[in-house]
Amino acid sequence: MFTTQYILQQVFNGVVFGAMYALLALGMTIIYGILRLIHFAHGALITVGAFCFYVCFALLGIPFAGAIVIVIGFGALMGVILDVIAYKKVVGGPEVSMLITSLGFYIFIENLIKLIASPQPYAFHPPAFFEKLYKKGLVTFRTIDLFIVASSIAIMLVFNLFVKKTRMGKAMRAVSESGEAARIVGINIGRVISFSFIVASAIAAVTGFMWGAKYGQISYSMGFMSGVKAFVAIVIGGVGSIPGAMFGGFILGILEMFSVAFLPPGYAGYRDGIVFFILIIILIVRPSGLLGQKEAES
Amino acid sequence: MASTTKNINNEDRPGIPRGVLALIGIAVLFALLWGSTKVFSRYIVFIVSLIGVYVVAAESLNLTNGYSGLFSLGHAGFMAVGAYTSALLTFPVEMREVFALSPLPNWLGGPQFHWPFFPALIAGGLFAMALAFIVGVPVLRLRGHYLSVASLGLMVLITSLAMNLRNVTRGSIGINSIPKYTNIYWAWGWAVVTVYVVWRVVNSSFGRAMMAIREDVSAAQVQGINPLKYRLLSFAIGAFFAGVAGGLYGHLSGAIRPYGFSFDLTFQIVIMVVLGGMGTIQGPIAGAATLIVLRYILKPVEEGLKVYGLVELIYATLLIVVMIYKPEGILGRRVLRK
Repeated sequence: MFTTQYILQQVFNGVVFGAMYALLALGMTIIYGILRLIHFAHGALITVGAFCFYVCFALLGIPFAGAIVIVIGFGALMGVILDVIAYKKVVGGPEVSMLITSLGFYIFIENLIKLIASPQPYAFHPPAFFEKLYKKGLVTFRTIDLFIVASSIAIMLVFNLFVKKTRMGKAMRAVSESGEAARIVGINIGRVISFSFIVASAIAAVTGFMWGAKYGQISYSMGFMSGVKAFVAIVIGGVGSIPGAMFGGFILGILEMFSVAFLPPGYAGYRDGIVFFILIIILIVRPSGLLGQKEAES
Repeated sequence: MASTTKNINNEDRPGIPRGVLALIGIAVLFALLWGSTKVFSRYIVFIVSLIGVYVVAAESLNLTNGYSGLFSLGHAGFMAVGAYTSALLTFPVEMREVFALSPLPNWLGGPQFHWPFFPALIAGGLFAMALAFIVGVPVLRLRGHYLSVASLGLMVLITSLAMNLRNVTRGSIGINSIPKYTNIYWAWGWAVVTVYVVWRVVNSSFGRAMMAIREDVSAAQVQGINPLKYRLLSFAIGAFFAGVAGGLYGHLSGAIRPYGFSFDLTFQIVIMVVLGGMGTIQGPIAGAATLIVLRYILKPVEEGLKVYGLVELIYATLLIVVMIYKPEGILGRRVLRK
């Protein structure tokens, strides 16, 4: 019933989506590690990134490379804003107040975009060379697919090196292991938090461009589900583990694609439902995720 | 409404027993409600009833999120369960075929039967409660955070079922022409019941155990409190009343759609609780009243100026400002922070 070609094609599509989930999950897991915060507003940053690219590239006619740089810069700026306005003021309170603030920021950003850009979705055209179609062997793909997979793997590799080799990277790992201990050995936690927000937000903004280019349209609400699914990816991979988050992203992408591709057509509408069903099953069977360590209850 | 809550919170008032005061408060409340149906337009009465429904929803979320230190984001999902269950049970027999709704199976009374309103509401609440148990048992063993995501996931799962089980729920069209049983007395009657139950729970050894867990899990465990049991019960009781609120809502507006129970609804209830003051009896009541009134004042502005999203934007701004400057909410009392 399903040819090898069909299956390979679905695996490939899954990997493309998985790469984007992995990038989002990477940012969210850094923030979760350091603040123990499920950063709902993270999803909003992909909307911001996508619309920022749309404005720069389609409306202002800035060349692609320039537009991407602006998207990264704007994402980083959003990270600074989130950090300064929201979390600096709320940090230190109960965990739940950060969660609520993050939720508030998500709704704020989403509705600001809805208000400015209208609730209608926009057609999103990446530069023409991204749309070029290839038929290599058994799979068909566009340049954008290669771009997404290659650049996300590159970002993950660079980030892994960064975390292992640099002072700031080591400080981030220390803080996520134990904030108290990190403070005692003289790590400036405030700086680590700010830095994490900036990096995570910049990555999310770029992911927004990829998301728009892959789907071909952007809308004010595109960030919510992807943000929450990124957290599902984290849980699948194992909370607190950076490789786990990326791994979980890919697994989620492939599973989601398979749930659409291999179930009877009537079930396609269950796509999001299936993702959360997987989440609940994982929480029951293996709450520490595939690569994670057991997190102490608190 | 205000008088009831005031009485409830006067711990040591000499003279008249609190129970009597509360009854007088409730009597005054219902006299006022009766008066309002005589004085105001149907539109205003509808809004007042809606406030009652949201008091049920917000107060039940408050039990979970305010008193037990969990943070559920699935309230809209439980409301959807209650709304769909009760609507499907009460839908009149003679209209079922026209509206492409299948007749009730035999174990629910058979094709020639539709349920009266009250048992249908209870059934919706119990169904929501059962779901809360099923999801709660595995998830509540974990760190509190997981509940936020798992309950959100449950909500998405429920709405996607409501959207796709077309021969039961009619999919994205939703169900309309639900008999409008909910009136101002039903809504506020349940509001009073919910407030009473939450108040009784909170002011019992059960509630003290819950709050002990909220403040410090390890310390509570040392005292012999089993966190899972109390968290699970507070989550499940919250879900029951959320289901009832959903049923009331369906029978108030007469129409329900899967999209109506999305994250926006959860967010609205969360902000009612947070704004008014999590972990207080009066907070969610004030929050529900304020936000509903605000919504209906701003709605014409939003539509007139075509600035869709304005109401949510203002909600979100309020939420962020409150979290930064008065995290305990407008009517909340400052508690010792960890």
